[in-house]
Amino acid sequence: MAEFTLPKNSKVKAGKHFPAKPGAKKIRTFRIYRWSPDDGENPRVDTYEIDLAACGPMVLDALIKIKNEIDPTLTFRRSCREGICGSCAMNIDGTNTLACTKAIEDCPSGDVKIYPLPHMSVVKDLVPDLTNFYAQYASIKPWIRTQSAPPPDRERLQSKEDRAKLDGLYECILCACCSTSCPSYWWNSDRYLGPAILLQAYRWIADSRDEDTGARLDELEDPFKLYRCHTIMNCARTCPKGLNPAKAIADIKKLIVERAN
Amino acid sequence: MNDKFRTPLKDAIGLGSAKQGLHHFVVQRITAVALLLLVPWFVWTVLRLLHLDAAGAHALVAQPCNAVLLFAFVVAVFWHAQLGLQVVIEDYVHARGMLFVLQLAVKFLCFLGGAACALAILKIALGR
Repeated sequence: MAEFTLPKNSKVKAGKHFPAKPGAKKIRTFRIYRWSPDDGENPRVDTYEIDLAACGPMVLDALIKIKNEIDPTLTFRRSCREGICGSCAMNIDGTNTLACTKAIEDCPSGDVKIYPLPHMSVVKDLVPDLTNFYAQYASIKPWIRTQSAPPPDRERLQSKEDRAKLDGLYECILCACCSTSCPSYWWNSDRYLGPAILLQAYRWIADSRDEDTGARLDELEDPFKLYRCHTIMNCARTCPKGLNPAKAIADIKKLIVERAN
Repeated sequence: MNDKFRTPLKDAIGLGSAKQGLHHFVVQRITAVALLLLVPWFVWTVLRLLHLDAAGAHALVAQPCNAVLLFAFVVAVFWHAQLGLQVVIEDYVHARGMLFVLQLAVKFLCFLGGAACALAILKIALGR
Protein backbone atom coordinates (compact mmCIF):
# COMPACT_ATOMS: atom_id res chain seq x y z
CA MET A 1 0.00 0.00 0.00
CA ALA A 2 0.95 3.62 -0.39
CA GLU A 3 2.43 4.95 2.84
CA PHE A 4 0.92 8.09 4.27
CA THR A 5 3.02 8.37 7.43
CA LEU A 6 6.77 8.36 7.90
CA PRO A 7 8.43 5.27 9.37
CA LYS A 8 9.64 5.70 12.95
CA ASN A 9 13.28 6.24 12.00
CA SER A 10 12.31 8.94 9.47
CA LYS A 11 10.31 11.16 11.83
CA VAL A 12 11.83 14.62 11.72
CA LYS A 13 12.99 16.11 15.03
CA ALA A 14 13.99 19.64 16.06
CA GLY A 15 17.69 20.25 15.42
CA LYS A 16 20.46 22.67 16.25
CA HIS A 17 20.13 26.44 16.20
CA PHE A 18 22.87 28.65 14.76
CA PRO A 19 22.17 32.30 15.71
CA ALA A 20 23.36 35.19 13.55
CA LYS A 21 26.67 36.84 14.38
CA PRO A 22 26.42 40.04 16.46
CA GLY A 23 26.07 43.10 14.26
CA ALA A 24 24.11 41.31 11.52
CA LYS A 25 21.97 43.83 9.64
CA LYS A 26 19.34 41.89 7.71
CA ILE A 27 18.60 38.54 9.30
CA ARG A 28 16.65 35.77 7.56
CA THR A 29 16.16 32.33 9.13
CA PHE A 30 16.70 29.15 7.13
CA ARG A 31 15.26 25.86 8.38
CA ILE A 32 17.10 22.98 6.70
CA TYR A 33 16.49 19.22 6.74
CA ARG A 34 19.49 17.28 8.00
CA TRP A 35 20.11 13.56 8.02
CA SER A 36 23.32 11.58 8.05
CA PRO A 37 23.56 7.85 7.31
CA ASP A 38 26.51 7.57 9.69
CA ASP A 39 25.20 8.51 13.15
CA GLY A 40 22.04 6.39 13.43
CA GLU A 41 20.01 9.46 14.43
CA ASN A 42 16.60 10.51 13.12
CA PRO A 43 16.43 13.37 10.63
CA ARG A 44 16.28 16.85 12.18
CA VAL A 45 15.64 20.40 11.04
CA ASP A 46 18.52 22.78 11.82
CA THR A 47 17.93 26.52 12.02
CA TYR A 48 20.46 28.99 10.61
CA GLU A 49 20.20 32.75 10.92
CA ILE A 50 21.87 34.42 7.95
CA ASP A 51 22.80 38.06 7.44
CA LEU A 52 21.41 38.77 3.97
CA ALA A 53 23.47 41.97 3.81
CA ALA A 54 26.55 39.73 3.46
CA CYS A 55 25.03 37.03 1.26
CA GLY A 56 24.26 36.59 -2.44
CA PRO A 57 20.66 36.86 -3.65
CA MET A 58 19.84 33.21 -4.33
CA VAL A 59 18.95 30.38 -1.96
CA LEU A 60 22.05 28.53 -3.19
CA ASP A 61 24.18 31.50 -2.11
CA ALA A 62 22.75 31.12 1.39
CA LEU A 63 23.47 27.37 1.41
CA ILE A 64 27.05 27.94 0.28
CA LYS A 65 27.46 30.66 2.91
CA ILE A 66 26.21 28.27 5.59
CA LYS A 67 28.60 25.55 4.42
CA ASN A 68 31.57 27.93 4.18
CA GLU A 69 31.05 30.00 7.29
CA ILE A 70 28.70 28.26 9.73
CA ASP A 71 28.40 24.50 9.33
CA PRO A 72 30.71 22.64 6.93
CA THR A 73 28.79 19.39 7.50
CA LEU A 74 25.77 20.64 5.50
CA THR A 75 25.63 18.48 2.38
CA PHE A 76 24.00 19.39 -0.93
CA ARG A 77 24.65 19.06 -4.67
CA ARG A 78 25.49 22.10 -6.73
CA SER A 79 27.57 22.84 -9.78
CA CYS A 80 26.77 25.44 -12.43
CA ARG A 81 24.86 27.92 -10.21
CA GLU A 82 22.96 29.18 -13.27
CA GLY A 83 20.08 26.72 -13.76
CA ILE A 84 21.55 24.51 -16.45
CA CYS A 85 23.01 21.51 -14.60
CA GLY A 86 20.03 20.63 -12.39
CA SER A 87 22.20 19.55 -9.48
CA CYS A 88 20.74 21.81 -6.79
CA ALA A 89 17.12 20.70 -7.19
CA MET A 90 15.47 20.67 -3.77
CA ASN A 91 12.22 21.50 -2.04
CA ILE A 92 12.24 25.18 -1.06
CA ASP A 93 9.23 26.57 0.79
CA GLY A 94 7.13 23.61 -0.29
CA THR A 95 7.97 23.72 -3.99
CA ASN A 96 10.58 21.74 -5.87
CA THR A 97 12.93 24.10 -7.63
CA LEU A 98 16.59 24.93 -8.26
CA ALA A 99 18.29 26.64 -5.33
CA CYS A 100 20.49 28.58 -7.76
CA THR A 101 17.64 30.28 -9.62
CA LYS A 102 15.33 30.80 -6.63
CA ALA A 103 15.81 34.25 -5.13
CA ILE A 104 15.66 34.44 -1.35
CA GLU A 105 13.40 37.47 -1.57
CA ASP A 106 10.92 35.46 -3.67
CA CYS A 107 10.39 33.08 -0.75
CA PRO A 108 7.27 34.00 1.21
CA SER A 109 7.96 35.95 4.40
CA GLY A 110 8.94 33.93 7.46
CA ASP A 111 11.53 31.19 7.66
CA VAL A 112 12.87 29.67 4.45
CA LYS A 113 12.28 25.92 4.67
CA ILE A 114 14.58 23.66 2.67
CA TYR A 115 14.09 19.91 2.26
CA PRO A 116 15.43 17.34 -0.19
CA LEU A 117 13.26 16.37 -3.20
CA PRO A 118 10.18 14.61 -1.78
CA HIS A 119 9.63 10.87 -1.56
CA MET A 120 13.13 9.84 -2.58
CA SER A 121 15.64 7.92 -0.50
CA VAL A 122 18.01 10.42 1.07
CA VAL A 123 21.75 9.87 0.69
CA LYS A 124 22.60 12.70 3.11
CA ASP A 125 20.96 16.03 4.07
CA LEU A 126 19.67 17.58 0.80
CA VAL A 127 21.06 14.88 -1.49
CA PRO A 128 18.43 12.44 -2.83
CA ASP A 129 19.23 9.07 -4.38
CA LEU A 130 18.51 9.47 -8.10
CA THR A 131 19.75 6.00 -9.16
CA ASN A 132 16.33 4.76 -10.25
CA PHE A 133 15.53 8.07 -11.96
CA TYR A 134 18.67 7.85 -14.10
CA ALA A 135 18.08 4.15 -14.81
CA GLN A 136 14.58 5.00 -16.02
CA TYR A 137 16.12 7.63 -18.29
CA ALA A 138 18.52 5.03 -19.70
CA SER A 139 15.59 2.63 -20.22
CA ILE A 140 13.96 4.88 -22.85
CA LYS A 141 17.19 4.83 -24.89
CA PRO A 142 17.51 8.60 -25.11
CA TRP A 143 19.53 8.85 -28.30
CA ILE A 144 18.66 9.02 -31.99
CA ARG A 145 17.64 5.62 -33.36
CA THR A 146 17.70 5.32 -37.15
CA GLN A 147 17.44 2.68 -39.84
CA SER A 148 18.66 4.59 -42.88
CA ALA A 149 22.37 5.27 -43.16
CA PRO A 150 23.50 8.80 -42.35
CA PRO A 151 24.30 11.05 -45.34
CA PRO A 152 28.00 10.57 -46.11
CA ASP A 153 28.81 14.26 -46.44
CA ARG A 154 26.76 15.99 -43.77
CA GLU A 155 24.71 15.61 -40.60
CA ARG A 156 21.05 14.52 -40.62
CA LEU A 157 19.07 17.62 -41.55
CA GLN A 158 15.80 18.90 -40.16
CA SER A 159 13.41 21.64 -41.35
CA LYS A 160 12.97 24.73 -39.23
CA GLU A 161 9.37 23.68 -38.55
CA ASP A 162 10.44 20.23 -37.34
CA ARG A 163 13.18 21.74 -35.20
CA ALA A 164 10.59 24.02 -33.60
CA LYS A 165 8.71 20.91 -32.41
CA LEU A 166 11.58 20.24 -30.00
CA ASP A 167 11.18 23.63 -28.31
CA GLY A 168 9.81 23.13 -24.81
CA LEU A 169 11.39 19.66 -24.76
CA TYR A 170 15.12 20.04 -25.35
CA GLU A 171 15.43 22.54 -22.50
CA CYS A 172 14.79 19.83 -19.88
CA ILE A 173 17.84 19.49 -17.62
CA LEU A 174 16.67 16.32 -15.80
CA CYS A 175 16.72 17.99 -12.39
CA ALA A 176 13.89 15.66 -11.23
CA CYS A 177 11.83 18.52 -9.74
CA CYS A 178 8.77 17.43 -11.74
CA SER A 179 8.98 13.68 -11.18
CA THR A 180 9.43 14.09 -7.43
CA SER A 181 6.46 16.48 -7.24
CA CYS A 182 4.16 13.93 -8.87
CA PRO A 183 1.97 11.87 -6.47
CA SER A 184 1.73 9.11 -9.06
CA TYR A 185 5.53 8.94 -9.10
CA TRP A 186 5.60 8.93 -5.28
CA TRP A 187 3.39 5.83 -5.12
CA ASN A 188 4.67 3.97 -8.17
CA SER A 189 8.17 5.16 -9.06
CA ASP A 190 9.29 1.54 -9.43
CA ARG A 191 7.09 1.18 -12.54
CA TYR A 192 5.84 4.63 -13.60
CA LEU A 193 8.45 6.52 -15.63
CA GLY A 194 7.37 9.92 -14.30
CA PRO A 195 7.03 13.29 -16.06
CA ALA A 196 10.72 14.03 -16.65
CA ILE A 197 11.49 10.73 -18.34
CA LEU A 198 8.26 10.79 -20.37
CA LEU A 199 9.05 14.33 -21.56
CA GLN A 200 12.49 13.08 -22.59
CA ALA A 201 10.88 10.09 -24.35
CA TYR A 202 8.58 12.47 -26.23
CA ARG A 203 11.59 14.61 -27.16
CA TRP A 204 12.76 11.65 -29.33
CA ILE A 205 9.28 10.72 -30.53
CA ALA A 206 8.82 14.31 -31.74
CA ASP A 207 12.23 14.39 -33.46
CA SER A 208 11.80 14.25 -37.26
CA ARG A 209 15.22 12.58 -37.66
CA ASP A 210 14.45 9.62 -35.39
CA GLU A 211 13.17 6.51 -37.23
CA ASP A 212 12.12 4.36 -34.31
CA THR A 213 8.93 6.23 -33.36
CA GLY A 214 6.68 3.17 -33.45
CA ALA A 215 8.97 1.13 -31.22
CA ARG A 216 9.25 4.07 -28.81
CA LEU A 217 5.44 4.26 -28.57
CA ASP A 218 5.27 0.45 -28.12
CA GLU A 219 7.72 0.64 -25.25
CA LEU A 220 5.66 3.34 -23.51
CA GLU A 221 2.18 1.87 -24.02
CA ASP A 222 1.84 0.33 -20.60
CA PRO A 223 -0.63 0.85 -17.74
CA PHE A 224 2.23 1.76 -15.42
CA LYS A 225 5.06 3.23 -17.51
CA LEU A 226 2.77 5.82 -19.16
CA TYR A 227 -0.84 5.65 -18.01
CA ARG A 228 -0.12 6.34 -14.31
CA CYS A 229 -0.19 10.00 -15.38
CA HIS A 230 -3.54 11.32 -14.17
CA THR A 231 -2.96 14.90 -15.37
CA ILE A 232 -2.39 16.19 -11.85
CA MET A 233 -0.17 18.93 -13.38
CA ASN A 234 2.22 19.32 -10.42
CA CYS A 235 5.01 18.74 -12.96
CA ALA A 236 4.15 21.80 -15.05
CA ARG A 237 3.58 23.93 -11.95
CA THR A 238 6.94 23.11 -10.37
CA CYS A 239 9.27 22.96 -13.42
CA PRO A 240 12.06 25.53 -12.79
CA LYS A 241 12.61 25.79 -16.55
CA GLY A 242 8.95 26.60 -17.24
CA LEU A 243 8.34 23.44 -19.28
CA ASN A 244 5.14 21.42 -19.46
CA PRO A 245 5.80 17.68 -19.05
CA ALA A 246 2.04 17.02 -18.70
CA LYS A 247 1.53 18.28 -22.26
CA ALA A 248 4.32 16.03 -23.56
CA ILE A 249 2.66 13.06 -21.84
CA ALA A 250 -0.73 14.04 -23.32
CA ASP A 251 0.93 14.22 -26.75
CA ILE A 252 2.32 10.68 -26.32
CA LYS A 253 -1.16 9.41 -25.38
CA LYS A 254 -2.63 11.24 -28.37
CA LEU A 255 -0.15 9.62 -30.77
CA ILE A 256 -0.93 6.17 -29.37
CA VAL A 257 -4.65 6.83 -30.01
CA GLU A 258 -3.90 8.26 -33.47
CA ARG A 259 -1.96 5.28 -34.75
CA ALA A 260 -4.83 2.94 -33.79
CA ASN A 261 -7.55 4.99 -35.48
CA MET B 1 17.00 -1.88 -5.51
CA ASN B 2 16.16 -5.35 -4.26
CA ASP B 3 19.42 -7.06 -4.99
CA LYS B 4 22.90 -5.57 -4.85
CA PHE B 5 23.99 -7.69 -7.80
CA ARG B 6 21.29 -6.34 -10.13
CA THR B 7 21.91 -3.20 -12.15
CA PRO B 8 19.52 -0.27 -11.63
CA LEU B 9 18.62 -0.53 -15.33
CA LYS B 10 17.43 -4.11 -14.83
CA ASP B 11 14.99 -2.87 -12.15
CA ALA B 12 13.89 0.13 -14.22
CA ILE B 13 13.08 -2.06 -17.24
CA GLY B 14 11.26 -4.59 -15.07
CA LEU B 15 9.15 -6.91 -17.21
CA GLY B 16 9.08 -4.40 -20.07
CA SER B 17 6.07 -2.79 -21.66
CA ALA B 18 2.66 -4.51 -21.46
CA LYS B 19 1.94 -2.94 -24.89
CA GLN B 20 -1.61 -2.20 -23.78
CA GLY B 21 -3.47 0.56 -22.01
CA LEU B 22 -4.88 2.27 -25.11
CA HIS B 23 -8.19 0.40 -24.89
CA HIS B 24 -8.69 1.32 -21.22
CA PHE B 25 -7.78 4.95 -21.97
CA VAL B 26 -10.19 5.20 -24.92
CA VAL B 27 -13.16 3.45 -23.28
CA GLN B 28 -12.77 5.61 -20.17
CA ARG B 29 -13.05 8.70 -22.36
CA ILE B 30 -15.94 7.37 -24.46
CA THR B 31 -17.97 6.59 -21.32
CA ALA B 32 -16.98 10.00 -19.92
CA VAL B 33 -18.36 11.78 -23.00
CA ALA B 34 -21.52 9.67 -22.82
CA LEU B 35 -21.93 10.63 -19.15
CA LEU B 36 -21.35 14.29 -19.95
CA LEU B 37 -24.51 14.11 -22.05
CA LEU B 38 -26.47 11.60 -19.96
CA VAL B 39 -25.94 13.01 -16.46
CA PRO B 40 -27.75 16.34 -17.12
CA TRP B 41 -30.60 14.38 -18.70
CA PHE B 42 -30.63 12.01 -15.71
CA VAL B 43 -30.75 14.87 -13.19
CA TRP B 44 -33.56 16.51 -15.14
CA THR B 45 -35.50 13.22 -15.21
CA VAL B 46 -35.02 12.62 -11.48
CA LEU B 47 -36.31 16.14 -10.79
CA ARG B 48 -39.40 15.37 -12.89
CA LEU B 49 -39.91 12.11 -10.99
CA LEU B 50 -40.03 14.01 -7.68
CA HIS B 51 -43.42 15.46 -8.54
CA LEU B 52 -44.99 12.17 -9.55
CA ASP B 53 -46.64 9.33 -7.61
CA ALA B 54 -45.55 5.70 -8.12
CA ALA B 55 -47.82 5.09 -11.10
CA GLY B 56 -46.73 8.34 -12.75
CA ALA B 57 -43.06 7.52 -12.18
CA HIS B 58 -43.57 4.07 -13.70
CA ALA B 59 -45.21 5.61 -16.72
CA LEU B 60 -42.39 8.12 -17.20
CA VAL B 61 -39.66 5.46 -17.02
CA ALA B 62 -41.67 3.14 -19.25
CA GLN B 63 -41.62 5.65 -22.12
CA PRO B 64 -39.31 4.01 -24.70
CA CYS B 65 -37.07 7.04 -25.06
CA ASN B 66 -36.61 7.38 -21.28
CA ALA B 67 -36.09 3.64 -20.79
CA VAL B 68 -33.38 3.51 -23.49
CA LEU B 69 -31.57 6.59 -22.14
CA LEU B 70 -31.79 5.29 -18.59
CA PHE B 71 -30.39 1.94 -19.74
CA ALA B 72 -27.54 3.74 -21.53
CA PHE B 73 -26.90 5.84 -18.41
CA VAL B 74 -26.65 2.76 -16.19
CA VAL B 75 -24.26 0.98 -18.58
CA ALA B 76 -22.05 4.08 -18.89
CA VAL B 77 -22.00 4.74 -15.14
CA PHE B 78 -21.01 1.23 -14.08
CA TRP B 79 -18.55 0.73 -16.91
CA HIS B 80 -16.88 4.08 -16.18
CA ALA B 81 -16.87 3.43 -12.43
CA GLN B 82 -15.26 0.03 -12.93
CA LEU B 83 -12.50 1.51 -15.10
CA GLY B 84 -11.89 4.37 -12.66
CA LEU B 85 -11.79 2.18 -9.56
CA GLN B 86 -9.37 -0.16 -11.33
CA VAL B 87 -6.95 2.77 -11.72
CA VAL B 88 -7.36 3.85 -8.09
CA ILE B 89 -6.57 0.32 -6.91
CA GLU B 90 -3.54 0.07 -9.21
CA ASP B 91 -2.33 3.41 -7.82
CA TYR B 92 -2.54 2.59 -4.14
CA VAL B 93 -2.60 -1.18 -3.59
CA HIS B 94 0.71 -2.91 -4.16
CA ALA B 95 0.25 -6.20 -2.26
CA ARG B 96 -0.33 -8.76 -5.02
CA GLY B 97 -3.04 -10.80 -3.27
CA MET B 98 -5.05 -7.81 -2.12
CA LEU B 99 -4.74 -6.29 -5.58
CA PHE B 100 -6.38 -9.25 -7.28
CA VAL B 101 -9.12 -9.57 -4.64
CA LEU B 102 -10.05 -5.88 -4.92
CA GLN B 103 -9.93 -5.86 -8.72
CA LEU B 104 -12.22 -8.88 -8.88
CA ALA B 105 -14.57 -7.42 -6.26
CA VAL B 106 -14.88 -4.16 -8.20
CA LYS B 107 -15.61 -5.94 -11.50
CA PHE B 108 -18.17 -8.26 -9.94
CA LEU B 109 -19.94 -5.56 -7.93
CA CYS B 110 -20.10 -3.17 -10.88
CA PHE B 111 -21.50 -5.91 -13.10
CA LEU B 112 -24.09 -6.91 -10.49
CA GLY B 113 -25.06 -3.28 -9.84
CA GLY B 114 -25.44 -2.64 -13.56
CA ALA B 115 -27.38 -5.87 -14.12
CA ALA B 116 -29.77 -5.10 -11.25
CA CYS B 117 -30.44 -1.58 -12.54
CA ALA B 118 -30.90 -2.84 -16.09
CA LEU B 119 -33.35 -5.50 -14.97
CA ALA B 120 -35.37 -2.94 -13.02
CA ILE B 121 -35.58 -0.66 -16.07
CA LEU B 122 -36.54 -3.56 -18.34
CA LYS B 123 -39.27 -4.72 -15.96
CA ILE B 124 -40.79 -1.26 -15.81
CA ALA B 125 -40.39 -0.64 -19.55
CA LEU B 126 -41.95 -3.98 -20.48
CA GLY B 127 -44.66 -3.54 -17.85
CA ARG B 128 -43.99 -6.73 -15.88
